[in-house]
Amino acid sequence: MISINSLEKKFGRLTALDQVTLQLKGGKSYALIGPNGSGKTTLIKSILGLVVPTSGSILFEDKPILYDWKYRDKIGYMPQIGRYPENMRVGQLFEMMKHIRPGKQKVDEELLDAFKLYKIFDKRMHALSGGTRQKVSAALAFLFHAPVLILDEPTAGLDPVSVELLKEKIIQEKRRGKLLIITSHILNDLDEIATEMVYMFEGRIQYNNSIESLKAETNEVKLTKAIATLIRQRELLESVTE
Amino acid sequence: MVRIIKYVFYDLLRTRFILFYTAFLLVCTFAFFQLDGDFGKVVLSLLNIMLMAVPLVSVVFSTIHFFNSYEFIELMLAQPVNRKSVFLSEYLAVASSLSLAFVAGVGLPFLLYGAWQPVATLMVTGVFLTWVFVSLAFFASVLTRDKAKAIGVALLFWFYFSLIYDGLLLWVIYTFSDYPLEKLTLSLIALNPIDLARIVMILQLDISALMGYTGAFYKNFFGSNLGILFSVSLLLLWIVLPMILAMRIFNKKDL
Repeated sequence: MISINSLEKKFGRLTALDQVTLQLKGGKSYALIGPNGSGKTTLIKSILGLVVPTSGSILFEDKPILYDWKYRDKIGYMPQIGRYPENMRVGQLFEMMKHIRPGKQKVDEELLDAFKLYKIFDKRMHALSGGTRQKVSAALAFLFHAPVLILDEPTAGLDPVSVELLKEKIIQEKRRGKLLIITSHILNDLDEIATEMVYMFEGRIQYNNSIESLKAETNEVKLTKAIATLIRQRELLESVTE
Repeated sequence: MVRIIKYVFYDLLRTRFILFYTAFLLVCTFAFFQLDGDFGKVVLSLLNIMLMAVPLVSVVFSTIHFFNSYEFIELMLAQPVNRKSVFLSEYLAVASSLSLAFVAGVGLPFLLYGAWQPVATLMVTGVFLTWVFVSLAFFASVLTRDKAKAIGVALLFWFYFSLIYDGLLLWVIYTFSDYPLEKLTLSLIALNPIDLARIVMILQLDISALMGYTGAFYKNFFGSNLGILFSVSLLLLWIVLPMILAMRIFNKKDL
């Protein structure tokens, strides 16, 4: 559904993405993991067209996305740090988004109900706490029944009850055959919602396979342990080759 | 695009700055009418205010507005919305609300006092200047991510066109005063939108007779249909060129 071909992005001297090649198929759920500054968010922003790559290309349903915008109708995006017009009320924000994306007749307001966001509809955005803001971001991402969902750190900053609600929603959407791209540092959460793993390090993709085979390769049952083992193996390999 | 313009307008009205600007112009115009009954002199006083204040307000307000709506722009660009229409909506909303404020602030008193001819030109040049400097401000805004830097660059544009450029022009005229300079100064003036607006406006008033031979030459040129076409198309160029440049940069910008 989305294919990324030798994508490269440089910010001045810093190389944020280095020859990234990746195929993302519909119906699968990808966990994008890696240390801070490994290029996860840059990769996601490139898919959204917010970052213009230095070289390489991204195809969405076999069409290049460079300077295109219609394809974003099929994407629901939950940013890591939701930035919204601060003077707007929560209700106005939802009204505006429905107004800007008018194509869908029926919107998906399950999360709006689950998080009880109706109660804060007359609050202004700048008065919201970080967690509430995160809930607003999540509700907006799922609002338009988009077949591709990109969630950047969806569970960070949420209370345990809301995390469970959001996870339930994500699993439900996964069952509906949507393509999910999720980054997170909370690996326990990913264990339940992701099927594939993409591990990034210093702008490169170091590992890309299903979580099942990762667990088999490393002889671990839990994803956390499996990834720790993977990283250790890599480091060992590198020290040998050096 | 119309939908986005609606929200930008809503945001602009919320800041109330546009209303203050209108009130300021209203007070100025009424004050000049109280000081002097002669419409010509009122227009001349307003011209001096306009040539300084309109570019300054346009430049500062547009830059600040652009950076204050960064979040809105970011939000829009993650949606199925064209980058061009986001940029154009911001641009059109800011430029048209500033022009509207100018027309209302200056036009209303004249309407009450019942004077039309010279005011029409004043309005048109004022609106042109507003659009030119909104374009320049947007150009400055897309050059950098730093709000302070962008305001600095935008103010530099204002400084250059309203003060530095005239100084340079005077220096050129003074140094080469032994040569016939009419055509040269005419073309040099075309490179500064504020000077262009000033000349067009002054020639509408009777005082151009005080400018001697050069004044007669200008009157001959700018008074003709060709001259009007020339100055209008130059001002249009000053609006479109920075705007298109800014849009090109914005299209490739990382957010």
